[in-house]
Amino acid sequence: MPLTLVHARYQLLEIIRIPVAVVGSAFFPAAAMLFFVVPFAGDDPTGATYATAAMVTFAVMSANIFQYGIGVAEDRDQPWNPYTRTLPAGPGPRLAGRILAGLVLTYLSMLPVVIIATVATAARVTPVGLLLGALTVAVVSVPFTLLGLAIGYSLPSKAAIVVAQVIFFPLAFGGGLLSAPGDAPGFIQVIAPFLPTRGAVELMWAAVGDWRPDPLALTMLGVWIVLLAAVSGWAYRRDEGRRFS
Amino acid sequence: MILAHADQATRRYGDVLALDRVDLTVHAGELVGLLGPNGAGKSTLINMLVGLRRPTAGRVELFGGDPRQPAARRQLGVTPQETGLPGTLRVGEVIDFVAAHFPDPVPRAELLDRFGLTDQVRRQTGGLSGGQRRRLAVALAFVGRPRLVILDEPTTGLDVEARHTLWEAIRSFHADGGTVLLSSHYLEEVEALAQRVVVLGQGRVLADDTVDAIRGIVGVRRVSLTADDLPTLPGVVATERTDGRTHLLTTDADQLVRDLVTAGVAFRELEVRPTSLEEAFLAITTTGTGPAGTTTSTATGAAAGPAGAARTTATSAAAGGRPTA
Repeated sequence: MPLTLVHARYQLLEIIRIPVAVVGSAFFPAAAMLFFVVPFAGDDPTGATYATAAMVTFAVMSANIFQYGIGVAEDRDQPWNPYTRTLPAGPGPRLAGRILAGLVLTYLSMLPVVIIATVATAARVTPVGLLLGALTVAVVSVPFTLLGLAIGYSLPSKAAIVVAQVIFFPLAFGGGLLSAPGDAPGFIQVIAPFLPTRGAVELMWAAVGDWRPDPLALTMLGVWIVLLAAVSGWAYRRDEGRRFS
Repeated sequence: MILAHADQATRRYGDVLALDRVDLTVHAGELVGLLGPNGAGKSTLINMLVGLRRPTAGRVELFGGDPRQPAARRQLGVTPQETGLPGTLRVGEVIDFVAAHFPDPVPRAELLDRFGLTDQVRRQTGGLSGGQRRRLAVALAFVGRPRLVILDEPTTGLDVEARHTLWEAIRSFHADGGTVLLSSHYLEEVEALAQRVVVLGQGRVLADDTVDAIRGIVGVRRVSLTADDLPTLPGVVATERTDGRTHLLTTDADQLVRDLVTAGVAFRELEVRPTSLEEAFLAITTTGTGPAGTTTSTATGAAAGPAGAARTTATSAAAGGRPTA
Protein backbone atom coordinates (compact mmCIF):
# COMPACT_ATOMS: atom_id res chain seq x y z
CA MET A 1 0.00 0.00 0.00
CA PRO A 2 2.70 2.60 0.84
CA LEU A 3 4.30 1.93 -2.57
CA THR A 4 0.94 2.62 -4.20
CA LEU A 5 0.90 5.99 -2.46
CA VAL A 6 4.47 6.67 -3.60
CA HIS A 7 3.56 5.96 -7.20
CA ALA A 8 0.37 8.03 -6.92
CA ARG A 9 2.30 10.94 -5.43
CA TYR A 10 4.94 11.11 -8.16
CA GLN A 11 2.41 10.61 -10.94
CA LEU A 12 0.39 13.48 -9.51
CA LEU A 13 3.55 15.60 -9.35
CA GLU A 14 4.31 14.85 -12.99
CA ILE A 15 0.78 15.75 -14.05
CA ILE A 16 0.55 18.90 -11.95
CA ARG A 17 3.84 20.22 -13.38
CA ILE A 18 2.28 20.21 -16.85
CA PRO A 19 -1.39 20.54 -15.99
CA VAL A 20 -2.74 20.58 -19.56
CA ALA A 21 -4.79 17.46 -18.99
CA VAL A 22 -6.36 18.80 -15.79
CA VAL A 23 -7.06 22.21 -17.24
CA GLY A 24 -8.39 20.64 -20.42
CA SER A 25 -10.85 18.35 -18.70
CA ALA A 26 -11.94 21.08 -16.25
CA PHE A 27 -12.40 23.68 -18.97
CA PHE A 28 -15.31 22.32 -21.04
CA PRO A 29 -17.69 21.64 -18.15
CA ALA A 30 -16.78 24.94 -16.48
CA ALA A 31 -17.33 26.85 -19.74
CA ALA A 32 -20.62 25.05 -20.34
CA MET A 33 -21.65 26.06 -16.81
CA LEU A 34 -20.85 29.70 -17.49
CA PHE A 35 -22.42 29.94 -20.93
CA PHE A 36 -25.48 27.69 -20.66
CA VAL A 37 -26.37 26.86 -17.08
CA VAL A 38 -25.79 30.22 -15.36
CA PRO A 39 -27.81 32.36 -17.85
CA PHE A 40 -30.64 29.88 -18.52
CA ALA A 41 -31.16 27.78 -15.40
CA GLY A 42 -29.22 29.73 -12.81
CA ASP A 43 -32.27 31.04 -10.94
CA ASP A 44 -34.13 27.77 -10.69
CA PRO A 45 -32.78 25.80 -7.68
CA THR A 46 -33.82 22.37 -8.97
CA GLY A 47 -32.82 23.01 -12.57
CA ALA A 48 -29.47 24.52 -11.54
CA THR A 49 -28.73 21.62 -9.20
CA TYR A 50 -29.43 19.01 -11.87
CA ALA A 51 -27.47 20.98 -14.45
CA THR A 52 -24.53 21.22 -12.05
CA ALA A 53 -24.66 17.47 -11.42
CA ALA A 54 -24.68 16.92 -15.19
CA MET A 55 -21.62 19.16 -15.63
CA VAL A 56 -19.85 17.31 -12.81
CA THR A 57 -20.56 14.06 -14.66
CA PHE A 58 -19.19 15.71 -17.81
CA ALA A 59 -16.02 16.69 -15.95
CA VAL A 60 -15.63 13.21 -14.45
CA MET A 61 -16.04 11.61 -17.85
CA SER A 62 -13.59 13.83 -19.71
CA ALA A 63 -11.01 13.80 -16.90
CA ASN A 64 -10.96 10.01 -16.87
CA ILE A 65 -11.06 9.41 -20.61
CA PHE A 66 -8.25 11.89 -21.23
CA GLN A 67 -5.90 11.16 -18.40
CA TYR A 68 -6.08 7.40 -18.73
CA GLY A 69 -6.49 7.23 -22.48
CA ILE A 70 -3.68 9.62 -23.30
CA GLY A 71 -1.67 9.24 -20.09
CA VAL A 72 -1.36 5.47 -20.30
CA ALA A 73 -0.66 5.51 -24.03
CA GLU A 74 2.13 8.08 -23.57
CA ASP A 75 3.51 6.23 -20.60
CA ARG A 76 3.84 3.08 -22.64
CA ASP A 77 6.12 4.97 -25.03
CA GLN A 78 8.47 6.10 -22.26
CA PRO A 79 11.53 4.04 -21.32
CA TRP A 80 10.95 5.16 -17.71
CA ASN A 81 8.01 2.80 -17.52
CA PRO A 82 9.98 -0.42 -18.11
CA TYR A 83 12.66 0.90 -15.76
CA THR A 84 10.16 1.09 -12.91
CA ARG A 85 9.40 -2.55 -13.62
CA THR A 86 12.97 -3.48 -12.69
CA LEU A 87 12.50 -2.03 -9.20
CA PRO A 88 11.55 -4.55 -6.53
CA ALA A 89 7.80 -4.09 -6.96
CA GLY A 90 5.36 -5.75 -9.32
CA PRO A 91 3.23 -3.82 -11.80
CA GLY A 92 0.51 -3.54 -9.13
CA PRO A 93 1.62 -0.43 -7.21
CA ARG A 94 2.15 1.54 -10.40
CA LEU A 95 -1.32 0.73 -11.73
CA ALA A 96 -3.00 1.27 -8.35
CA GLY A 97 -1.08 4.52 -7.93
CA ARG A 98 -2.27 5.65 -11.32
CA ILE A 99 -5.90 4.99 -10.41
CA LEU A 100 -5.48 6.82 -7.11
CA ALA A 101 -3.86 9.79 -8.84
CA GLY A 102 -6.63 9.67 -11.42
CA LEU A 103 -9.29 9.90 -8.74
CA VAL A 104 -7.60 12.92 -7.17
CA LEU A 105 -7.47 14.64 -10.56
CA THR A 106 -11.09 13.76 -11.22
CA TYR A 107 -12.12 15.60 -8.05
CA LEU A 108 -9.83 18.49 -8.99
CA SER A 109 -11.30 18.88 -12.46
CA MET A 110 -14.91 19.04 -11.22
CA LEU A 111 -14.06 21.69 -8.65
CA PRO A 112 -14.55 24.71 -10.98
CA VAL A 113 -18.08 23.49 -11.83
CA VAL A 114 -18.98 23.21 -8.16
CA ILE A 115 -17.51 26.63 -7.39
CA ILE A 116 -19.39 28.27 -10.27
CA ALA A 117 -22.60 26.56 -9.15
CA THR A 118 -22.18 27.82 -5.59
CA VAL A 119 -21.28 31.36 -6.52
CA ALA A 120 -23.41 32.07 -9.58
CA THR A 121 -26.47 29.82 -9.47
CA ALA A 122 -29.34 28.92 -7.18
CA ALA A 123 -28.18 25.30 -7.05
CA ARG A 124 -28.71 23.89 -3.59
CA VAL A 125 -27.76 20.61 -2.06
CA THR A 126 -28.09 19.22 1.47
CA PRO A 127 -24.89 18.21 3.26
CA VAL A 128 -25.96 14.57 2.91
CA GLY A 129 -26.64 15.15 -0.77
CA LEU A 130 -23.21 16.70 -1.19
CA LEU A 131 -21.53 13.77 0.49
CA LEU A 132 -23.57 11.30 -1.57
CA GLY A 133 -22.71 13.26 -4.69
CA ALA A 134 -19.00 13.16 -3.86
CA LEU A 135 -19.17 9.38 -3.34
CA THR A 136 -21.15 8.96 -6.54
CA VAL A 137 -18.36 10.73 -8.42
CA ALA A 138 -16.03 7.89 -7.44
CA VAL A 139 -18.64 5.33 -8.54
CA VAL A 140 -19.34 6.91 -11.92
CA SER A 141 -15.58 7.25 -12.47
CA VAL A 142 -15.42 3.48 -12.84
CA PRO A 143 -16.80 3.07 -16.37
CA PHE A 144 -14.84 6.07 -17.67
CA THR A 145 -11.63 4.93 -16.00
CA LEU A 146 -12.09 1.57 -17.69
CA LEU A 147 -12.84 3.28 -21.00
CA GLY A 148 -9.69 5.40 -20.66
CA LEU A 149 -7.57 2.37 -19.76
CA ALA A 150 -9.00 0.44 -22.71
CA ILE A 151 -7.97 3.28 -25.04
CA GLY A 152 -4.59 3.83 -23.41
CA TYR A 153 -3.54 0.19 -23.39
CA SER A 154 -4.77 -0.68 -26.86
CA LEU A 155 -3.68 2.31 -28.94
CA PRO A 156 -0.44 4.17 -29.64
CA SER A 157 -0.42 7.63 -28.06
CA LYS A 158 -1.16 9.60 -31.24
CA ALA A 159 -4.21 7.46 -32.01
CA ALA A 160 -5.28 7.55 -28.36
CA ILE A 161 -5.48 11.35 -28.39
CA VAL A 162 -7.75 11.31 -31.45
CA VAL A 163 -9.96 8.50 -30.21
CA ALA A 164 -10.37 10.13 -26.78
CA GLN A 165 -11.42 13.38 -28.42
CA VAL A 166 -13.78 11.71 -30.87
CA ILE A 167 -15.46 9.65 -28.15
CA PHE A 168 -16.00 12.18 -25.40
CA PHE A 169 -18.27 14.69 -27.13
CA PRO A 170 -20.90 12.25 -28.49
CA LEU A 171 -20.93 10.57 -25.10
CA ALA A 172 -21.66 13.89 -23.39
CA PHE A 173 -24.33 15.03 -25.87
CA GLY A 174 -25.83 11.62 -26.51
CA GLY A 175 -26.17 10.90 -22.81
CA GLY A 176 -28.12 14.14 -22.37
CA LEU A 177 -25.56 15.82 -20.12
CA LEU A 178 -26.11 19.14 -21.89
CA SER A 179 -29.86 19.17 -21.55
CA ALA A 180 -32.13 19.24 -18.51
CA PRO A 181 -33.58 15.91 -17.34
CA GLY A 182 -36.49 14.93 -19.58
CA ASP A 183 -35.88 17.93 -21.79
CA ALA A 184 -33.43 16.50 -24.30
CA PRO A 185 -34.16 16.42 -28.05
CA GLY A 186 -36.17 13.39 -29.17
CA PHE A 187 -33.40 11.29 -30.68
CA ILE A 188 -31.22 11.82 -27.64
CA GLN A 189 -34.06 10.59 -25.40
CA VAL A 190 -34.00 7.39 -27.45
CA ILE A 191 -30.26 6.71 -27.45
CA ALA A 192 -29.32 8.18 -24.06
CA PRO A 193 -30.24 5.18 -21.87
CA PHE A 194 -27.90 3.03 -23.91
CA LEU A 195 -24.85 5.22 -23.24
CA PRO A 196 -22.81 4.96 -20.03
CA THR A 197 -23.03 8.73 -19.50
CA ARG A 198 -26.80 8.50 -18.98
CA GLY A 199 -26.66 5.94 -16.19
CA ALA A 200 -23.86 7.97 -14.60
CA VAL A 201 -25.75 11.26 -14.67
CA GLU A 202 -28.95 9.61 -13.42
CA LEU A 203 -26.99 8.35 -10.41
CA MET A 204 -25.61 11.86 -9.83
CA TRP A 205 -29.11 13.36 -10.02
CA ALA A 206 -30.41 10.77 -7.57
CA ALA A 207 -27.56 11.57 -5.19
CA VAL A 208 -28.15 15.34 -5.06
CA GLY A 209 -31.93 15.54 -5.60
CA ASP A 210 -35.20 13.63 -5.71
CA TRP A 211 -34.51 11.98 -9.00
CA ARG A 212 -35.67 8.41 -9.62
CA PRO A 213 -33.08 6.88 -11.94
CA ASP A 214 -34.24 5.11 -15.09
CA PRO A 215 -33.78 1.34 -14.59
CA LEU A 216 -32.84 0.84 -18.24
CA ALA A 217 -30.04 3.44 -18.03
CA LEU A 218 -28.71 1.87 -14.81
CA THR A 219 -28.82 -1.63 -16.28
CA MET A 220 -26.96 -0.40 -19.34
CA LEU A 221 -24.39 1.29 -17.10
CA GLY A 222 -23.78 -2.08 -15.47
CA VAL A 223 -23.47 -3.70 -18.89
CA TRP A 224 -20.99 -1.00 -19.95
CA ILE A 225 -18.88 -1.53 -16.84
CA VAL A 226 -18.65 -5.28 -17.47
CA LEU A 227 -17.93 -4.72 -21.16
CA LEU A 228 -15.28 -2.03 -20.59
CA ALA A 229 -13.66 -4.06 -17.83
CA ALA A 230 -13.34 -6.93 -20.27
CA VAL A 231 -11.91 -4.73 -23.04
CA SER A 232 -9.44 -2.91 -20.78
CA GLY A 233 -8.40 -6.21 -19.17
CA TRP A 234 -7.78 -7.67 -22.61
CA ALA A 235 -5.83 -4.59 -23.72
CA TYR A 236 -3.75 -4.61 -20.52
CA ARG A 237 -2.86 -8.27 -20.89
CA ARG A 238 -2.04 -7.81 -24.55
CA ASP A 239 0.28 -4.91 -23.71
CA GLU A 240 1.92 -6.94 -20.93
CA GLY A 241 2.43 -9.79 -23.37
CA ARG A 242 3.99 -7.54 -25.98
CA ARG A 243 6.32 -5.57 -23.78
CA PHE A 244 6.93 -7.72 -20.70
CA SER A 245 6.87 -11.38 -21.67
CA MET B 1 28.09 -17.43 -4.97
CA ILE B 2 26.19 -17.03 -8.23
CA LEU B 3 24.24 -13.78 -8.50
CA ALA B 4 23.00 -13.96 -12.07
CA HIS B 5 22.70 -16.99 -14.26
CA ALA B 6 21.44 -17.79 -17.71
CA ASP B 7 21.16 -21.42 -18.67
CA GLN B 8 20.64 -22.15 -22.36
CA ALA B 9 18.51 -19.00 -22.45
CA THR B 10 16.79 -18.57 -25.79
CA ARG B 11 14.56 -15.71 -26.82
CA ARG B 12 12.49 -15.28 -29.92
CA TYR B 13 10.54 -12.22 -30.99
CA GLY B 14 8.16 -13.67 -33.53
CA ASP B 15 10.40 -15.15 -36.21
CA VAL B 16 13.51 -13.37 -35.00
CA LEU B 17 15.87 -15.36 -32.84
CA ALA B 18 17.38 -12.70 -30.57
CA LEU B 19 19.20 -15.02 -28.20
CA ASP B 20 20.25 -18.53 -28.99
CA ARG B 21 21.01 -20.91 -26.10
CA VAL B 22 23.09 -18.44 -24.09
CA ASP B 23 24.94 -19.54 -20.97
CA LEU B 24 26.18 -16.89 -18.59
CA THR B 25 27.16 -17.02 -14.96
CA VAL B 26 28.04 -13.97 -12.90
CA HIS B 27 29.65 -14.70 -9.54
CA ALA B 28 29.70 -12.35 -6.56
CA GLY B 29 32.51 -9.82 -6.81
CA GLU B 30 32.99 -10.06 -10.56
CA LEU B 31 33.02 -7.17 -12.99
CA VAL B 32 31.86 -8.66 -16.26
CA GLY B 33 31.71 -6.82 -19.55
CA LEU B 34 29.11 -7.82 -22.10
CA LEU B 35 30.47 -6.84 -25.45
CA GLY B 36 28.93 -6.99 -28.87
CA PRO B 37 27.63 -4.94 -31.77
CA ASN B 38 24.09 -3.61 -31.89
CA GLY B 39 21.60 -6.36 -32.42
CA ALA B 40 23.87 -8.96 -30.88
CA GLY B 41 21.38 -9.71 -28.14
CA LYS B 42 22.95 -7.76 -25.25
CA SER B 43 19.78 -5.89 -24.37
CA THR B 44 17.63 -8.98 -24.70
CA LEU B 45 19.89 -10.87 -22.30
CA ILE B 46 19.89 -7.97 -19.86
CA ASN B 47 16.11 -7.56 -20.11
CA MET B 48 15.71 -11.19 -19.14
CA LEU B 49 18.12 -10.88 -16.20
CA VAL B 50 16.30 -7.83 -14.80
CA GLY B 51 12.88 -9.45 -15.14
CA LEU B 52 11.46 -7.46 -18.04
CA ARG B 53 11.36 -10.39 -20.42
CA ARG B 54 11.12 -14.11 -19.98
CA PRO B 55 13.12 -16.59 -22.02
CA THR B 56 11.30 -18.51 -24.75
CA ALA B 57 13.33 -21.53 -23.71
CA GLY B 58 15.98 -22.16 -21.10
CA ARG B 59 16.24 -20.46 -17.73
CA VAL B 60 17.44 -17.22 -16.15
CA GLU B 61 18.03 -16.70 -12.46
CA LEU B 62 18.78 -13.71 -10.30
CA PHE B 63 20.01 -14.31 -6.74
CA GLY B 64 18.82 -17.87 -7.19
CA GLY B 65 15.23 -16.82 -7.98
CA ASP B 66 13.07 -15.83 -10.90
CA PRO B 67 14.00 -12.25 -11.91
CA ARG B 68 10.33 -11.62 -12.66
CA GLN B 69 9.54 -11.90 -8.95
CA PRO B 70 10.03 -8.54 -7.19
CA ALA B 71 11.73 -10.26 -4.24
CA ALA B 72 14.53 -11.51 -6.51
CA ARG B 73 15.26 -7.90 -7.57
CA ARG B 74 15.70 -6.47 -4.08
CA GLN B 75 19.50 -6.47 -4.35
CA LEU B 76 19.61 -5.50 -8.00
CA GLY B 77 20.43 -2.06 -9.36
CA VAL B 78 19.47 -1.11 -12.92
CA THR B 79 20.01 2.03 -14.96
CA PRO B 80 17.13 3.53 -16.90
CA GLN B 81 17.80 4.84 -20.36
CA GLU B 82 18.93 8.39 -19.97
CA THR B 83 16.20 9.59 -22.35
CA GLY B 84 13.59 7.94 -20.18
CA LEU B 85 13.78 10.05 -17.04
CA PRO B 86 10.50 11.81 -16.26
CA GLY B 87 11.27 15.30 -17.51
CA THR B 88 9.11 17.25 -15.07
CA LEU B 89 10.42 15.62 -11.90
CA ARG B 90 13.36 17.14 -10.08
CA VAL B 91 16.61 15.23 -9.62
CA GLY B 92 15.96 14.81 -5.89
CA GLU B 93 12.42 13.60 -6.50
CA VAL B 94 13.52 10.94 -8.97
CA ILE B 95 16.04 9.65 -6.42
CA ASP B 96 13.44 9.68 -3.63
CA PHE B 97 10.99 7.82 -5.83
CA VAL B 98 13.45 5.03 -6.56
CA ALA B 99 14.66 5.00 -2.94
CA ALA B 100 11.10 4.36 -1.73
CA HIS B 101 11.32 0.88 -3.27
CA PHE B 102 14.25 -0.23 -1.13
CA PRO B 103 14.49 -1.02 2.59
CA ASP B 104 17.80 0.73 3.23
CA PRO B 105 18.52 3.27 0.49
CA VAL B 106 21.68 5.36 0.26
CA PRO B 107 20.98 8.82 1.74
CA ARG B 108 20.13 11.25 -1.03
CA ALA B 109 22.90 13.74 -0.26
CA GLU B 110 25.53 11.02 -0.29
CA LEU B 111 24.38 9.67 -3.64
CA LEU B 112 24.19 13.15 -5.18
CA ASP B 113 27.69 13.87 -3.98
CA ARG B 114 29.08 10.61 -5.30
CA PHE B 115 27.76 11.35 -8.78
CA GLY B 116 28.48 15.06 -8.78
CA LEU B 117 24.82 16.06 -8.86
CA THR B 118 24.56 18.01 -5.61
CA ASP B 119 24.02 21.34 -7.38
CA GLN B 120 21.31 19.84 -9.59
CA VAL B 121 19.09 18.44 -6.84
CA ARG B 122 16.30 20.96 -7.50
CA ARG B 123 16.57 20.92 -11.29
CA GLN B 124 13.95 19.13 -13.36
CA THR B 125 15.55 16.24 -15.21
CA GLY B 126 14.30 17.62 -18.52
CA GLY B 127 16.59 20.62 -18.02
CA LEU B 128 19.75 18.65 -17.36
CA SER B 129 22.58 18.24 -19.85
CA GLY B 130 23.03 14.85 -21.46
CA GLY B 131 25.96 14.07 -19.18
CA GLN B 132 24.07 15.03 -16.03
CA ARG B 133 21.09 12.96 -17.09
CA ARG B 134 23.32 9.99 -17.68
CA ARG B 135 25.00 10.41 -14.31
CA LEU B 136 21.58 10.52 -12.64
CA ALA B 137 20.50 7.43 -14.56
CA VAL B 138 23.57 5.53 -13.40
CA ALA B 139 23.21 6.88 -9.85
CA LEU B 140 19.71 5.37 -9.70
CA ALA B 141 21.22 1.90 -10.06
CA PHE B 142 23.05 2.43 -6.76
CA VAL B 143 20.21 3.91 -4.69
CA GLY B 144 19.12 0.64 -3.07
CA ARG B 145 22.61 -0.52 -1.97
CA PRO B 146 22.55 -3.33 -4.55
CA ARG B 147 24.85 -6.35 -4.55
CA LEU B 148 24.58 -6.63 -8.32
CA VAL B 149 24.40 -3.73 -10.72
CA ILE B 150 23.43 -4.26 -14.34
CA LEU B 151 24.35 -1.36 -16.58
CA ASP B 152 23.20 -1.32 -20.19
CA GLU B 153 25.62 0.85 -22.18
CA PRO B 154 26.14 3.30 -19.32
CA THR B 155 28.40 5.75 -21.12
CA THR B 156 27.15 5.78 -24.69
CA GLY B 157 27.29 9.35 -25.95
CA LEU B 158 29.25 10.77 -23.02
CA ASP B 159 32.32 12.93 -23.38
CA VAL B 160 35.63 11.59 -22.14
CA GLU B 161 35.57 13.35 -18.79
CA ALA B 162 32.04 12.31 -17.90
CA ARG B 163 32.84 8.79 -18.97
CA HIS B 164 35.82 8.66 -16.63
CA THR B 165 33.75 9.98 -13.72
CA LEU B 166 31.28 7.17 -14.24
CA TRP B 167 34.03 4.61 -14.59
CA GLU B 168 35.37 5.76 -11.22
CA ALA B 169 31.97 5.27 -9.60
CA ILE B 170 31.68 1.79 -11.07
CA ARG B 171 35.22 0.89 -10.01
CA SER B 172 34.73 2.05 -6.46
CA PHE B 173 31.47 0.10 -6.18
CA HIS B 174 33.34 -2.96 -7.38
CA ALA B 175 36.25 -2.29 -5.03
CA ASP B 176 33.77 -2.30 -2.13
CA GLY B 177 32.71 -5.82 -3.10
CA GLY B 178 29.93 -5.00 -5.55
CA THR B 179 29.24 -7.10 -8.61
CA VAL B 180 28.79 -5.50 -12.01
CA LEU B 181 27.47 -6.71 -15.34
CA LEU B 182 28.02 -4.01 -17.89
CA SER B 183 27.13 -4.02 -21.55
CA SER B 184 28.93 -1.91 -24.04
CA HIS B 185 29.84 -1.77 -27.65
CA TYR B 186 33.08 -0.04 -26.79
CA LEU B 187 35.98 -2.40 -26.32
CA GLU B 188 37.81 0.48 -24.68
CA GLU B 189 35.20 0.73 -21.95
CA VAL B 190 35.16 -2.95 -21.23
CA GLU B 191 38.97 -3.00 -21.21
CA ALA B 192 39.04 -0.14 -18.72
CA LEU B 193 36.61 -1.74 -16.30
CA ALA B 194 36.09 -5.43 -16.69
CA GLN B 195 38.19 -8.41 -15.78
CA ARG B 196 36.10 -10.81 -17.75
CA VAL B 197 34.47 -10.27 -21.11
CA VAL B 198 31.55 -12.08 -22.64
CA VAL B 199 31.21 -11.41 -26.34
CA LEU B 200 27.79 -11.76 -27.92
CA GLY B 201 27.21 -11.86 -31.65
CA GLN B 202 24.02 -12.72 -33.46
CA GLY B 203 22.44 -13.98 -30.28
CA ARG B 204 25.20 -16.36 -29.29
CA VAL B 205 28.08 -16.24 -26.84
CA LEU B 206 31.13 -16.01 -29.11
CA ALA B 207 33.69 -15.80 -26.35
CA ASP B 208 33.82 -15.71 -22.58
CA ASP B 209 37.33 -14.98 -21.44
CA THR B 210 39.74 -12.55 -19.80
CA VAL B 211 40.18 -9.08 -21.21
CA ASP B 212 43.66 -9.96 -22.50
CA ALA B 213 42.47 -12.99 -24.40
CA ILE B 214 39.66 -11.02 -25.99
CA ARG B 215 41.97 -8.18 -26.91
CA GLY B 216 44.15 -10.65 -28.81
CA ILE B 217 41.23 -11.81 -30.88
CA VAL B 218 39.97 -8.33 -31.55
CA GLY B 219 43.44 -7.35 -32.78
CA VAL B 220 42.62 -8.98 -36.07
CA ARG B 221 43.30 -6.79 -39.14
CA ARG B 222 41.80 -6.91 -42.57
CA VAL B 223 44.24 -6.81 -45.45
CA SER B 224 42.47 -6.13 -48.74
CA LEU B 225 44.06 -6.30 -52.14
CA THR B 226 43.37 -7.00 -55.77
CA ALA B 227 45.36 -9.94 -57.04
CA ASP B 228 44.74 -12.67 -59.58
CA ASP B 229 46.29 -15.51 -57.72
CA LEU B 230 47.33 -15.86 -54.11
CA PRO B 231 49.57 -18.49 -52.60
CA THR B 232 48.65 -20.00 -49.24
CA LEU B 233 49.91 -17.55 -46.64
CA PRO B 234 50.66 -18.19 -43.00
CA GLY B 235 48.77 -16.29 -40.28
CA VAL B 236 45.57 -15.83 -42.29
CA VAL B 237 42.53 -16.69 -40.20
CA ALA B 238 39.94 -16.12 -42.90
CA THR B 239 39.73 -15.25 -46.56
CA GLU B 240 36.88 -13.78 -48.49
CA ARG B 241 36.40 -12.46 -52.00
CA THR B 242 33.94 -9.76 -52.99
CA ASP B 243 33.80 -7.84 -56.29
CA GLY B 244 37.25 -8.96 -57.41
CA ARG B 245 38.85 -7.91 -54.13
CA THR B 246 40.41 -10.37 -51.77
CA HIS B 247 40.13 -9.75 -48.04
CA LEU B 248 42.50 -11.55 -45.69
CA LEU B 249 41.89 -11.48 -41.96
CA THR B 250 45.05 -11.82 -39.94
CA THR B 251 46.39 -11.27 -36.44
CA ASP B 252 49.68 -9.89 -37.82
CA ALA B 253 49.13 -7.57 -40.76
CA ASP B 254 52.79 -6.47 -40.94
CA GLN B 255 54.04 -10.01 -41.34
CA LEU B 256 51.34 -10.80 -43.89
CA VAL B 257 52.35 -7.85 -46.05
CA ARG B 258 56.01 -8.90 -45.83
CA ASP B 259 55.01 -12.42 -46.86
CA LEU B 260 53.03 -11.07 -49.78
CA VAL B 261 56.02 -9.12 -51.00
CA THR B 262 58.52 -11.96 -50.55
CA ALA B 263 56.17 -14.35 -52.30
CA GLY B 264 56.33 -12.02 -55.30
CA VAL B 265 52.51 -11.67 -55.58
CA ALA B 266 51.40 -9.11 -58.17
CA PHE B 267 48.91 -7.18 -56.06
CA ARG B 268 47.34 -3.76 -56.41
CA GLU B 269 45.45 -1.34 -54.13
CA LEU B 270 46.65 -2.74 -50.83
CA GLU B 271 44.64 -1.66 -47.81
CA VAL B 272 45.07 -2.54 -44.15
CA ARG B 273 42.18 -1.82 -41.85
CA PRO B 274 41.10 -2.82 -38.39
CA THR B 275 38.16 -5.18 -38.33
CA SER B 276 35.03 -4.62 -36.34
CA LEU B 277 34.47 -6.84 -33.34
CA GLU B 278 31.69 -8.57 -35.16
CA GLU B 279 33.86 -9.33 -38.16
CA ALA B 280 36.74 -10.51 -36.05
CA PHE B 281 34.62 -12.88 -34.04
CA LEU B 282 32.60 -14.17 -36.92
CA ALA B 283 35.74 -14.76 -38.91
CA ILE B 284 37.16 -16.80 -36.11
CA THR B 285 34.08 -18.67 -35.07
CA THR B 286 32.74 -19.53 -38.52
CA THR B 287 34.83 -21.80 -40.66
CA GLY B 288 35.52 -21.10 -44.31
CA THR B 289 34.54 -17.76 -45.78
CA GLY B 290 33.44 -14.94 -43.56
CA PRO B 291 30.21 -12.98 -43.59
CA ALA B 292 30.49 -11.34 -47.00
CA GLY B 293 27.20 -9.46 -46.64
CA THR B 294 28.18 -7.46 -43.58
CA THR B 295 31.66 -6.42 -44.63
CA THR B 296 30.90 -3.26 -46.56
CA SER B 297 28.68 -1.65 -43.94
CA THR B 298 31.13 -2.22 -41.11
CA ALA B 299 33.96 -0.88 -43.24
CA THR B 300 32.13 2.42 -43.67
CA GLY B 301 31.55 2.48 -39.94
CA ALA B 302 35.30 2.24 -39.41
CA ALA B 303 36.02 4.95 -41.92
CA ALA B 304 33.57 7.29 -40.20
CA GLY B 305 35.11 6.66 -36.81
CA PRO B 306 37.50 9.04 -35.11
CA ALA B 307 41.03 9.04 -36.44
CA GLY B 308 43.83 7.94 -34.17
CA ALA B 309 45.00 4.69 -32.71
CA ALA B 310 43.93 1.66 -34.62
CA ARG B 311 42.12 0.21 -31.64
CA THR B 312 40.00 3.31 -31.19
CA THR B 313 38.87 2.94 -34.75
CA ALA B 314 38.13 -0.71 -34.18
CA THR B 315 35.93 0.04 -31.21
CA SER B 316 33.96 2.67 -33.02
CA ALA B 317 33.49 0.27 -35.89
CA ALA B 318 32.02 -2.14 -33.42
CA ALA B 319 29.28 0.38 -32.86
CA GLY B 320 28.09 -0.50 -36.32
CA GLY B 321 28.22 3.08 -37.47
CA ARG B 322 25.58 4.27 -35.00
CA PRO B 323 26.10 7.93 -34.13
CA THR B 324 27.17 8.10 -30.53
CA ALA B 325 26.54 11.77 -29.90
